[in-house]
Amino acid sequence: MEFTTIIGLEVHVQLLTKTKIFCGCANLFNPENPNVQTCPVCLGLPGSLPVMNRKAFRLAVKTAMALNCNITPFTKWDRKQYYYPDLPKNYQISQYDLPFSTEGWLDIETDLETGESKKVRLIRVHLEEDAGKNIHDETGRGRDSRVDLNRAGTPLLEIVSQPDMRSPREAYTFLNELKLLLTYLNVSDCNMQEGSLRCDANVNLHVHTDDGHRIATPLVEIKNLNSFRGVEQAIAYEVERQQEQWRESKLTIDDSPKQTRGWDAERGVTFGQRGKEEASDYRYFPDPDLVPVVVEESQLQELRGELCEPPADRRKRFQTAYQISSYDASVIIDQGLAFADYYESVASDSGDGKQAANWVTQDIQRELNERKLTIDQFPIRPHILSTLLQRIGSQTITVKSAREVFAELLCRADNDESLSDDLIDGIIDANGLAIVSDTGQLEETIEAVISRNEKAVAAFREGKQAAVGPMIGQIMREIKGADPKQVRQMLIDKISE
Amino acid sequence: MSLTDATVTTLLAKLQSGETSSTEVTEACLARIDSQDTDVGAFLHVDREGALLRATQVDEKRKNGEPIGPLAGLPVAVKDVVCTTGMPTTCASRMLETFQPPYDAGATERLLAADAVIVGKTNLDEFAMGSSNENSAYHVTRNPWDLTRSPGGSSGGSAAAVAAQMVPLSIGSDTGGSIRQPAAFCGVVGLKPTYGRVSRYGLVAYASSLDQIGPFATDVTGVATLLEVLAGYDQRDSTCIDADVPKYRETVDKPIDGLRIGVVPEHFEEGLHPDVNKAIRNALDVYKAAGASIVDIELPHSKYVVAVYYLVAPSEASGNLARYDGVHYGYRAEEAQNLIPMYSASRGQGFGDEVKRRIMLGTYALSSGYYDAYYLKALKVRRLIRQDFDTAFADVDVIASPVAPTPAFKLGELIDNPLEMYLSDIYTLGANLAGIPGISIPAGLSDDGLPIGLQLLARPFEEERLLRAARMFESATDWHTKRAVLNHD
Repeated sequence: MEFTTIIGLEVHVQLLTKTKIFCGCANLFNPENPNVQTCPVCLGLPGSLPVMNRKAFRLAVKTAMALNCNITPFTKWDRKQYYYPDLPKNYQISQYDLPFSTEGWLDIETDLETGESKKVRLIRVHLEEDAGKNIHDETGRGRDSRVDLNRAGTPLLEIVSQPDMRSPREAYTFLNELKLLLTYLNVSDCNMQEGSLRCDANVNLHVHTDDGHRIATPLVEIKNLNSFRGVEQAIAYEVERQQEQWRESKLTIDDSPKQTRGWDAERGVTFGQRGKEEASDYRYFPDPDLVPVVVEESQLQELRGELCEPPADRRKRFQTAYQISSYDASVIIDQGLAFADYYESVASDSGDGKQAANWVTQDIQRELNERKLTIDQFPIRPHILSTLLQRIGSQTITVKSAREVFAELLCRADNDESLSDDLIDGIIDANGLAIVSDTGQLEETIEAVISRNEKAVAAFREGKQAAVGPMIGQIMREIKGADPKQVRQMLIDKISE
Repeated sequence: MSLTDATVTTLLAKLQSGETSSTEVTEACLARIDSQDTDVGAFLHVDREGALLRATQVDEKRKNGEPIGPLAGLPVAVKDVVCTTGMPTTCASRMLETFQPPYDAGATERLLAADAVIVGKTNLDEFAMGSSNENSAYHVTRNPWDLTRSPGGSSGGSAAAVAAQMVPLSIGSDTGGSIRQPAAFCGVVGLKPTYGRVSRYGLVAYASSLDQIGPFATDVTGVATLLEVLAGYDQRDSTCIDADVPKYRETVDKPIDGLRIGVVPEHFEEGLHPDVNKAIRNALDVYKAAGASIVDIELPHSKYVVAVYYLVAPSEASGNLARYDGVHYGYRAEEAQNLIPMYSASRGQGFGDEVKRRIMLGTYALSSGYYDAYYLKALKVRRLIRQDFDTAFADVDVIASPVAPTPAFKLGELIDNPLEMYLSDIYTLGANLAGIPGISIPAGLSDDGLPIGLQLLARPFEEERLLRAARMFESATDWHTKRAVLNHD
């Protein structure tokens, strides 16, 4: 029996605004100090009224544009009504039938080696207010639950995809690409631990029967997903569970309403939750406290100008413009906007994209990890690295010597010395790292080494190729700037004379 | 003439000239509340100390030659649905019995900035839902003209407080007639401004798209004075309109040349009390004598106003009142052990019958499967009602009608018949659904000696015209000078 996995994602993203969406309270993750970022409006006190935060709306439109959505010229706010203690008004201000944007898509890379990609379509992106947080006693002693409303009223984007993903891996890649885009746009920090990105997954299967039919199995919504890895694992688990369920019960999507399941990351299983979905009627209606929002074409044009190159486009451009592999391009892009900018600056200034890719993905990445720094904090700025790479390109120094210079530059920076091109050249001179192409000096040294190593010379003459290794080492120690390839050739020639 | 008999204009002049002080006026009002309010029950809370302290401060300011606001130390009563710091705001509900708002409403701020002295909070139908003031969770308010009768509602306390001369000015809120109908029943002037004219920030919402705060006084000039203070933009209310506020008080005495008054003939047909019919027709004659022309107009969809209102308002109310759940503030039923039972018990015990009735109506109208047939259809008809007014106002300056089909009814007369109670709002609901301003002015007394109100409506933001038209009638009649005679007078 063949199965196709059908996955749609619903992603909630908190926007990076200074203040909340309908009041002036600070929008900050602050669980240590509950209920300090509150006011009559986000507490839902009698008589308080919401006023839309225009910046939040702008960020939302910007994001939707980057997600290739149509921006609705006339949009409104609706109340989604349900009772829950973390929802002070017992309704959430959200958008129902006129979301501010619809029908977008996100390109995701499905094959890292070939760079093959696919379009995941988006049904809609809408803006709403986040709820607060209920904190329950988890000791099992049944103590009172608490409510923290710091989060209540945080601007929240809901991004709903079409069921276009076909594997847990694709769902993971979608989330990763989405996060990358949103962080490149600087509209959200997408921190799943802090809840600034949250995800629910809708999963079912299409069963391919022997007579050529496709049958859909019951729809399951998985909640409580708290990491991208968790999303991938939960869907993988769910796919197996649903296959098994199909074999046992042959239940189709028409036999059973959508089921909500939670994800237990520790046990690695999904578990049935009470069917709140089918019972609820949110009684949406237009919020009479807020006025509809009209989006002018001029605003859209302004926002279009603020968009950055999407990571997916940049990944492709890096491959062609700087002649690097799809793999390297992905590694660089995935490190975030600042890292990609750093790379691009070095690649274009040094004129060697491949060399630049090697350095940023290896030497720099290692230093950043060890020093726990971000690329913005890294002391060797792009123009310094470019100069260093230019010295390699002009065959002034070898790659190995460049690493020595690199290490020395870091030491100097640690001692608060400012880095410059002159400093690079100074280090090269002081350590004799310049490639020596003066064959006279080389020949002299080679002859001296040959005369000191009679045994090795004899061994080589008897056919032991490896015998020249130690001699090359001795020569290199004496002449640091020598090119090992050249040394090897000259040494062999001399011995073979 | 005592200080409590005086009009706003007279009091302001006396305060200005130093003939009296804010302290004297406030003391006189407090004394009158002491002597009369046991019978009337207009107030839920009287802030004696706060009011006297504030009066002293205003007097001090005046003595020091500091600039004084336009209300110059006049006592004002505030409907207990408008937030005031330092005083409770109960909405006449058990649910908010202990609620003290940590902020002032926009209207409260404006009163204070104008140097008003807020003497207390007035009674109302719980959460402003009702037309009789009998739905207060605390006590009924009685009509000063006849203590066995209703003062109207929901701003019955504010109207009765002015009618009983306990305060020269008060504010109420009008969602379907809640200022105009009690003004009519109590023989005072009450104005519902254009939707968006006065900030709703801090007005505890009943039906957000209809609610509007407005003034009461014994005469049109008093109302004009208070409206000028209340009106104006507030960025904390997204539905508040940023438009200039005319100097209503300066222009109120200017008659309108060639005033065209629209009248809907159907308004005078079945259901209208003969005394009211007679008073309104007489009022039209007064206007004719003053040079106005009376034009028959049509409001073809006005027969749907009650149906539309009792879908739109309860729908919004069902959402607005969802927050009163016993979790964060307000009444909490203590016996419940779990969340859902706590919600149910707190709301079951905290709300009165009429509030529950409207929450259920609204919840039903918004439910899946009923939304299109009820709420959505009501919105569509509401649009038609608004268009009716637009069309009518192409030919007339104001529309005149009764305020209510009858003079004040007896307490208990309609309370068990919600439908008939709802039908008594038929003349006032249209203005709220269309968002236009309306005023109720004293226009006669019934054979039983009960006040009868004349309603005038105008185009959006034409309060100035409305006030001038009202003043034309007032200056030609003496109905506004008639006062209720109370037991302790």
